[in-house]
Amino acid sequence: MKKKKRFFGFFVFPGFTGILIFVLLPFGDVVRRSFTTAVTGQWSGIRNYETIFQNDAFRLAVGNTIRFTLVCIPLLVLTGFGAALMIHTLKNRRWVKSLYLLPLAMPTATIVLVWKMVFYRQGFLNLLLTRLGEQTGLWGMVGTDYLKSEAAFWVLVGSYIWKNMGYTVILWLTGLMGIPAELLEAARMDGAGRAKSLWYIVLPNLRGSLYTILILSFLNSFKIYREAYLTAGAYPDKSIYLLQHLFNNWFVNLELDKMAAAAVCTGGVLMIAIMALQKLWET
Amino acid sequence: MEKYKKYMQKAAVTAALLLPALLVVLPVVLLLSGSLMDTWELEGYLSSVFTESGGYISWKLIPDYPSFANYGKLLFETPQFFVLFWNSVKLVVCILAGQLLVAVPAAWGFAVYQMRGSRMLFALYVVLMLLPFQVTMLSNYLVLNRLSLLNTHRAIILPAVFSTFPVFLSYGGFRSIPPQLLEAARIDGAGELTTFVKLGLPLGKSGLLSAMVLGFLEYWNQMEQPMAFLEDKALWPLSLYLPEITWGQAGFSFCASVITLIPAVFVFILGQDYLEQGIIYSGLKE
Repeated sequence: MKKKKRFFGFFVFPGFTGILIFVLLPFGDVVRRSFTTAVTGQWSGIRNYETIFQNDAFRLAVGNTIRFTLVCIPLLVLTGFGAALMIHTLKNRRWVKSLYLLPLAMPTATIVLVWKMVFYRQGFLNLLLTRLGEQTGLWGMVGTDYLKSEAAFWVLVGSYIWKNMGYTVILWLTGLMGIPAELLEAARMDGAGRAKSLWYIVLPNLRGSLYTILILSFLNSFKIYREAYLTAGAYPDKSIYLLQHLFNNWFVNLELDKMAAAAVCTGGVLMIAIMALQKLWET
Repeated sequence: MEKYKKYMQKAAVTAALLLPALLVVLPVVLLLSGSLMDTWELEGYLSSVFTESGGYISWKLIPDYPSFANYGKLLFETPQFFVLFWNSVKLVVCILAGQLLVAVPAAWGFAVYQMRGSRMLFALYVVLMLLPFQVTMLSNYLVLNRLSLLNTHRAIILPAVFSTFPVFLSYGGFRSIPPQLLEAARIDGAGELTTFVKLGLPLGKSGLLSAMVLGFLEYWNQMEQPMAFLEDKALWPLSLYLPEITWGQAGFSFCASVITLIPAVFVFILGQDYLEQGIIYSGLKE
């Protein structure tokens, strides 16, 4: 037992020291700072928290971030599931999986160029829509500037799905392949149709996959900031002003007291959410 | 009839899968074709976009006058590009090497020597892995400032080395080794360190390789950290340089994008199996 402890320490300790120095101790400092003023460092109680909750930018950013998360995660989970169900019926899955995963490998900076060509006022999307309108005679010229209007929100949702579809599909597929064929066979023998066996056998067996997909897609939903920042800059359209923009702008303006309070709040909420999700899945 | 239905079904599935495939392939084709155009041709196609005049963007997938001129200019007449390219390479290599040294042993420790408290610590690692950069940005800044590392490459490398994501992935690989195997090695008199090096690393390599592949893609694309902690543009990685190129130099930006894309796609193709494995490992629960 003692030996076990010694070796656990031997292997884990170096990394843990780094985490202590680079993450845990400084975060403790951030918690302390969130109760003090930025310049003089005097104790100010919960004033910083009051300030940020009355701050319009903070409210807007929190609202947008929540809205983005609530829209894009269910959308990703469902489209991924649909795609996985279809791919599951194919014999040669390898190249399909590669295709779906490829966007994950494309650096954001390279893809932003393409996004601009597609979504600018005179870009491909409007060209396509206008031609379509001319052909069908249903509408005239389309001149939306997708990156500078409320449509920007949906551009972000779209690029999020585009980028993250790959691993969602892979995880669903792994889950689907893990369901014993005998189980489905038995259900068919008992007269269950396709919809019934999907509902009673497939879905309950995929709880574990769903958990992982939720965690990973949540983790990656924060990285959409790269696309948002690169296509629209530090002060984008109101509809996509996210918490990430706010943190960055506070950082640039050295408003460290607000940042500290907001970091503690966001970190706290996320930690509770993660632990709640873990608990939910264990029971 | 049954056969016909099956055939129709297959056609529908193929069609439904083809659309996303198109959405993935087209951007790449667009970048490639743009990088092979000369400046005049490119300007002709794109002028309506960046001058906001009437009309729409136009494009040809196969350029009228294919040329490598822009590649040449970028590679041979823009020393700045080389500096940034090597910055990116240096950052990624240092981070991954550091993670191998730090995270892989830690994962082994968690996987093999389970005891009271180790589980709690691991749960903490998982939470840390999931916190977005913005939450830890200020704390990162404070510590880097204290150690006077700001505006050096170490400001990007060191925090990344202690990331807990590779610990988590390598842990998945090590857990897949049957414990009886390790027990047998111990009975045969192998020391703990020997077991790790001779048994653990070869058998659990899929986990750590997937950590490396995912890590490469992540850090090659890293933007938030260098943007916050590197003021000096000469220290920037490629991922920050690309957006700096203006529309006027569109030819450059297509070539630079393609060159940035190449290493990522290369690693992706080589490591796809490990990438998939890594995604699956991240789903293993205790």
